[in-house]
Amino acid sequence: MTPGTLLEVSGLGKRFGGFVALESIELTVAENERVGLIGPNGSGKSTLVNCMCGTLRHEMGTVRFAGRLLDGLSAHERTRLGLARSFQLPRPFNTLSLADNLRVPLLYSGRHGGQPIDARCMELLHMVGLADKSDRLPRDLTQIEMRKLELARAMAADPRLLIADEAMAGLSHGEVDDILSLLIRLNGQGVTVILIEHIMRAVMHFSQRLVVLVAGRKIADGNPTDVVRAPDVVRAYLGE
Amino acid sequence: MNGTKFALLLMLTGAATFGAAWLIGNAYVFFAGYVVLQYIALATAWNVLGGYTGYVNFGTAAFFALGAYTTVVLHKLTALPIPIMMLVGGLVSGVVGLGTGYLTLRLRGAFFSIATLALAVVVQTLITNWNFVGGSRGAYIVRPPTAPLLGIDYIQYLFLIMLLLVVLVLATARAIERSRLGYGFATIRDDEVAAEASGVPTLRLKLLATTMSGAFMGMAGAPLPYYVTYLDPASGFSLAYAVNGVAMPLVGGTSSWLGPVIGAILLGTLQQVATVTISSALNLLIVGLMLVAFVIVAPNGILGLLQDARERFRRPFAGRSQA
Ligand SMILES: Nc1ncnc2c1ncn2[C@@H]1O[C@H](COP(=O)(O)OP(=O)(O)O)[C@@H](O)[C@H]1O
Ligand SMILES: [Mg+2]
Repeated sequence: MTPGTLLEVSGLGKRFGGFVALESIELTVAENERVGLIGPNGSGKSTLVNCMCGTLRHEMGTVRFAGRLLDGLSAHERTRLGLARSFQLPRPFNTLSLADNLRVPLLYSGRHGGQPIDARCMELLHMVGLADKSDRLPRDLTQIEMRKLELARAMAADPRLLIADEAMAGLSHGEVDDILSLLIRLNGQGVTVILIEHIMRAVMHFSQRLVVLVAGRKIADGNPTDVVRAPDVVRAYLGE
Repeated sequence: MNGTKFALLLMLTGAATFGAAWLIGNAYVFFAGYVVLQYIALATAWNVLGGYTGYVNFGTAAFFALGAYTTVVLHKLTALPIPIMMLVGGLVSGVVGLGTGYLTLRLRGAFFSIATLALAVVVQTLITNWNFVGGSRGAYIVRPPTAPLLGIDYIQYLFLIMLLLVVLVLATARAIERSRLGYGFATIRDDEVAAEASGVPTLRLKLLATTMSGAFMGMAGAPLPYYVTYLDPASGFSLAYAVNGVAMPLVGGTSSWLGPVIGAILLGTLQQVATVTISSALNLLIVGLMLVAFVIVAPNGILGLLQDARERFRRPFAGRSQA
């Protein structure tokens, strides 16, 4: 692993029964980088996140994070190492208030510093604009608010690498900008971010590097403006 | 209220309960009260796993009877005070709880419940075929007329011991609710995948829950042989324990320690009254009907009804339809 590399995925393959969801994925992410990950629906983006974070087991390849081989580590151990993600389909803790939803990673990720937990919960809710609903249950939220809660919960784990899986779908123009500047601010504080997104405006604004998945294969990886002009990528998005 | 204060309050309530029973001066009060207390302990123990982590255990009778049969074994081998026997019974059932959790790690929902049902059948079969504890014939326990040290009537002594267990179990349950562990348990109930992603070691916590729940059930069962003086597998593994173990927390409400207490007092008392006035044969019918009624009408139990009422009082215009 070259110095400055935080995440290194090599030769990663994942099948669901006979269906090949991911094939020979190579991906490295440098410390403090902002990477965009795009691809048509069903191309394997979420599956890749699930394999990296230990939510799913993959059959082939390896994932290294911060110099450690993650094979065999469970999802919670990876979270404790500083690898946190939001779920594309929100999975809130339904019987816990919003504040308590964030309290869980603060209590369990083992990465939370000195600040009192209650204050940190409110601060995080404030960042995503949910502070006035701190004592409500997730069922009182809209789908969009649940996405924000998802993101806040991933941030609550105080990650070194944050993966946001389509956290902005459905958000208004202004809200997208808010979340983007939040992620960029986080990145400024040293957090590496992988952003999975369909809103190209957001992806292009955010990403220092762009990775494209199509049908379980990585077809492009590089400078965002070059990548979106690459013939392969254009074909994949616009059809033959 | 912090944990110590709560435990003190529980002990005061316990002392008042014992005092009240004493003042009534009727031996039957202790006799029936013991059963209600035993059900409070059992329902709370069930709730540690079933309510807090959401894993529904149909094998309550197995853990309970293992505690009781541990006492039968110890009674035959040695002469230990009952509190020590309870610790040993709790240890045995706790280890079996740990084993059950370990063997069912990958089972969720109904599959877990079916596995616990199978466990109950296996344990009952083993005990029924174990001659040392009387096999299917059962075992007799000779109970001294008065308790050691205290000199009170033995049933009163058993009542007192069960009261202390209730204090211990309730203090533990409430402490769990307000702790890091309680939040961890709640995330297992809500979404294990999201829990893991938040750093919660779900497998370890689940094992902790099956162990604690099993241990408390075993402790609740340990004094039983002295209470009934004759124990056979049919009564030790009675369906009543499995059904009440599930019904009492669900009727009372599983979200907090108070729910199983309410459920156990309500259903436990109802069954004691029915046993005296009608016949004990009706008991399970009553419990079953209550369970069905609550699952349909008030799935969050009596506590849920109370919370809804308070919510409506606090925010009378907050209709859910706006959301
Ligand atoms: N648990 C699963 N079981 C079977 N197939 C799955 C599972 N998860 C995802 N898939 C399939 O894998 C492919 C990639 O899905 P996904 O990673 O969600 O794509 P993306 O996030 O890029 O939209 C899809 O065809 C999807 O149907
Ligand atoms: Mg996806």
